[in-house]
Amino acid sequence: MSSTSTSPELMEFLDSSKPRQAISGVTVRLVGDSGDGMQLLGTQLTNVSALAGNDVATFPDFPAEIRAPRGTRAGVSGYQVHFASEEIFTPGDGLDALVAMNPAALVTNIGDLKPAGYLILNRDSFDAKDLKLAKLDQDPRQGDRLKPYHVIEVPMTTLTRTAVEGTGLSVKEADQCKNFFAMGLVFWLYGRDYRPTLRFIEAKFKHLPAVAEANRRALTAGWNYGETTEHFASTYQVAPARLQLGTYKNVMGNQALAWGLMAAAELSGKELFVGAYPITPASDVLHELSRYKHFGVRTFQAEDEIAAVCSAIGVSFGGGMGVTVSSGPGIALKTEGMGLAVMLELPLLVLNIQRGGPSTGLPTKTEQADLLMAMFGRNGEAPLPIIAARSPADCFDAAIEAWRIATRLMTPVVLLSDGYIANGAEPWRIPDLSKLPKIEIRHPAAQSSGEPFRPYLRDEYLSRPWAVPGTSGLMHRIGGLEKEDVTGNISYDPKNHQHMVNTRAQKVANASQLIDPVQVTGDDSGLLVLSWGGTYGACYTATVRARAQGKRVGHAHLRWLNPFPANLGEILKRYQRVLIPELNTGQLRFLIDAKFRTGAIGLNKVQGKPFTVSELVDEILRLA
Amino acid sequence: MSTDLPVLTANDFTSDQDVRWCPGCGDYSILAQMKKILPTLGIPPHQTVFISGIGCSSRFPYYVNTYGLHSIHGRAPAFATGLKMTRPELSVWVITGDGDALSIGGNHFIHLMRRNVDLNIILFNNSIYGLTKGQYSPTSPLGKVTKSTPMGSLDFPLNPISVALAAEATFVARSVDTNIKHLGEVLLRAARHKGTSFVEVYQNCNVFNDGAWDYAKDKAVREENTIELEHGKPLVFAGGKKGIRLNGFEPEIVNLDGRVSQDDLLFHDERAHSPTLAYLLSRMRYPEFPEPIGVFRAVERPTYDYLVNHQIEQARVQRGVGDLQKFLAAGDTWTVT
Ligand SMILES: Cc1ncc(C[n+]2csc(CCOP(=O)(O)OP(=O)(O)O)c2C)c(N)n1
Ligand code: SF4
Ligand SMILES: [Mg+2]
Repeated sequence: MSSTSTSPELMEFLDSSKPRQAISGVTVRLVGDSGDGMQLLGTQLTNVSALAGNDVATFPDFPAEIRAPRGTRAGVSGYQVHFASEEIFTPGDGLDALVAMNPAALVTNIGDLKPAGYLILNRDSFDAKDLKLAKLDQDPRQGDRLKPYHVIEVPMTTLTRTAVEGTGLSVKEADQCKNFFAMGLVFWLYGRDYRPTLRFIEAKFKHLPAVAEANRRALTAGWNYGETTEHFASTYQVAPARLQLGTYKNVMGNQALAWGLMAAAELSGKELFVGAYPITPASDVLHELSRYKHFGVRTFQAEDEIAAVCSAIGVSFGGGMGVTVSSGPGIALKTEGMGLAVMLELPLLVLNIQRGGPSTGLPTKTEQADLLMAMFGRNGEAPLPIIAARSPADCFDAAIEAWRIATRLMTPVVLLSDGYIANGAEPWRIPDLSKLPKIEIRHPAAQSSGEPFRPYLRDEYLSRPWAVPGTSGLMHRIGGLEKEDVTGNISYDPKNHQHMVNTRAQKVANASQLIDPVQVTGDDSGLLVLSWGGTYGACYTATVRARAQGKRVGHAHLRWLNPFPANLGEILKRYQRVLIPELNTGQLRFLIDAKFRTGAIGLNKVQGKPFTVSELVDEILRLA
Repeated sequence: MSTDLPVLTANDFTSDQDVRWCPGCGDYSILAQMKKILPTLGIPPHQTVFISGIGCSSRFPYYVNTYGLHSIHGRAPAFATGLKMTRPELSVWVITGDGDALSIGGNHFIHLMRRNVDLNIILFNNSIYGLTKGQYSPTSPLGKVTKSTPMGSLDFPLNPISVALAAEATFVARSVDTNIKHLGEVLLRAARHKGTSFVEVYQNCNVFNDGAWDYAKDKAVREENTIELEHGKPLVFAGGKKGIRLNGFEPEIVNLDGRVSQDDLLFHDERAHSPTLAYLLSRMRYPEFPEPIGVFRAVERPTYDYLVNHQIEQARVQRGVGDLQKFLAAGDTWTVT
């Protein structure tokens, strides 16, 4: 065992002296108890891998309970990181390495480890009590079960305690450092530079110098363990990926969404307002934005989701950028308000970070089951445009595009993200804001003619003027009652209602003239895989693989779910078969079949987990 | 406010829409008083916004020539809060009913007041659901026989003034639709108060609940049955013949017959730091007591819209005005060349 007395601050980044083996990509999953700090470990591995220039995709997976009983299967929290020297689109299927901090974490995750993969265990957490908590009669390390793997048992608790000795931490506190020990070992194995993490420790534990010191030592001890132990003959090196030129940073979906909203505000010359009521997995958008008051961002933690959406509509009525963010149960509460926004014809963004449903469902797990709610979940004929982000970084662009359409057409827009996108991370190319097209907004100017203002006089897209309170001569009243076109006066006239229903629908349909046509990658006949939202990466990767196996397969991904891009019907016609994989029971398929009568085939999964590439490939091979 | 503002009249605040309340409805009188005070505030129509929920009362915004938002049932406070947080310079009024504010919108109603958003909320209390044709409301007395309660209602009523006080309202008042002078004064005071001004107005629904407030409206009896609150003055009613005195923690009616003088009476203090006195007054209900009308409470507390915008300014002072490009480029980055 090497000593840990070197002061880590003074350390240069020393690469291992062991041989290096170059590989193109690695998938690692870190699993432990919810209290073990696995999410932190995962985000650090993600960050240093991104900084190493790899392409990265991640999948955090944690229980709904804040502190599920220690050591139990229900309390297992995991973080999967895929980093590669080529462009990647998913967090990976099979694991090259699994780090398991206790028996419960081991038995619930071992099924995903590839044969001959590394299984790194904390040997100190396999006593009788730990086995009992995991409801195991037998030690899973006994027998043949772990035979196929390269098992490395490390006394992490003991080594961590030794490493942090003298920092003044209690035993309990010392044990909380063992995730940094595991981190050090994983960093060593994959040649990761630990200095960004040392900086992170420095900043995070600024006011707790003893804890900072202990974590630094644990990290170093883990790294040194790899260097000295006989278990590993070599380290692995993943070269930088050849991504598009530019400067990158690592972003999580909810973060990118928040920044996209700020950018949309700036591009449209507005100040951002976000009304929200806390709910997993949407709260982080509220948290993130509440830190940017110096950008003029106003966040409002409302008394419930109804107040959240209504406050945002009030802001839009006043000429501001009204946004509300929630997840399924909260969106259900917002439906009446959203219908009002349709009727008022005011811009509004409703962000739905989907999670497993119905009802409270699976709060921390992902699902795509709110598409039809977005489409139809309002009383009356109340269509609105729907856009879906496809990856964490894409949330930035989706937010801007959503606000562009909302303001151009004076309509609420639903933006769908999901738990997988929200918490996942990937490299994001930092845009040059000055090169992004401005979002042009024109508010009608004051009027002194004395004529009543006509709030529903429409332009070529059927959009109405956004007259803002405070402008003299433009006083007008709007509300949920049906109104006469042009004047906005209340009207119960049957023909007018028909006209207004048609007009509102046509206005939303007109968005298809403002959005990009759908693009196809791969073959233009044979099987088309049609995807939307967070399944983009898995579907894209699966079609590439299927083509490599000689199949005729194309892939199209829908960004706008309502309206569909103008060229979609024509594209669908080119293929013999259409496969629509979704993390629901067939919601896009329902819409596509209703509109195009394609007889599309569904691949549907509702297990709270994203698709693996291999399950998609299997289905494509069966059909193509 | 610019000094060369043209002199405004009620006409400037009258919209071109036909008023569609039932003939004889108390809402007309409230509208008339509102249009009388609005021109005196020095705020032009285009700086004024009326926001309502749903109900007969909530049609109000259509009838004033300002900006208006007729929203959804019970939620007007939420729309108004968002608007006022981002446009604090506007003068915002919320119009609501007893069902709108206390039933479906109860949550928003209390949160509006605890936040002390600088706006005025006028509750048209007719103790009935007017627009849906006559079901009992949260302010209907126990045992009320209506379409939905043929054997009498069983739910104990809410007292709007007590609720507002419990919700930390900084301005709480009550008036009566046809007591036009009093109503005009109360509305004016509400408009001038900084913070959430809550006004309950006894409003007659002559179609579904006619006469509910006769005891407080009829000239012949109203002096007996109501008591006008005046800051710093003793609680005197019935033309000076009776007053309210404190007996322990309870109010009692006393005759000012010489043995008891005005000095023995309870003196009103609308500015009292504690809402205790105001709450005690709110519990005085007919027929046991004369019901207080006027201002129960008027205290100062920083408004929510001010605080929100103040934090924005503070953040800009502390951290500088945000530069988004710089912000996005900061942190751990790497460059692909
Ligand atoms: C969500 C919803 N539920 C129910 C209704 C039907 N509704 C309209 S007004 C009203 C009650 C109004 O009573 P109140 O607030 O006292 O107003 P008033 O008509 O008496 O002035 C109800 C139940 C509605 N418009 N929206
Ligand atoms: S129903 Fe009652 S409250 Fe409604 S307009 Fe008629 S009288 Fe007024
Ligand atoms: Mg009513």
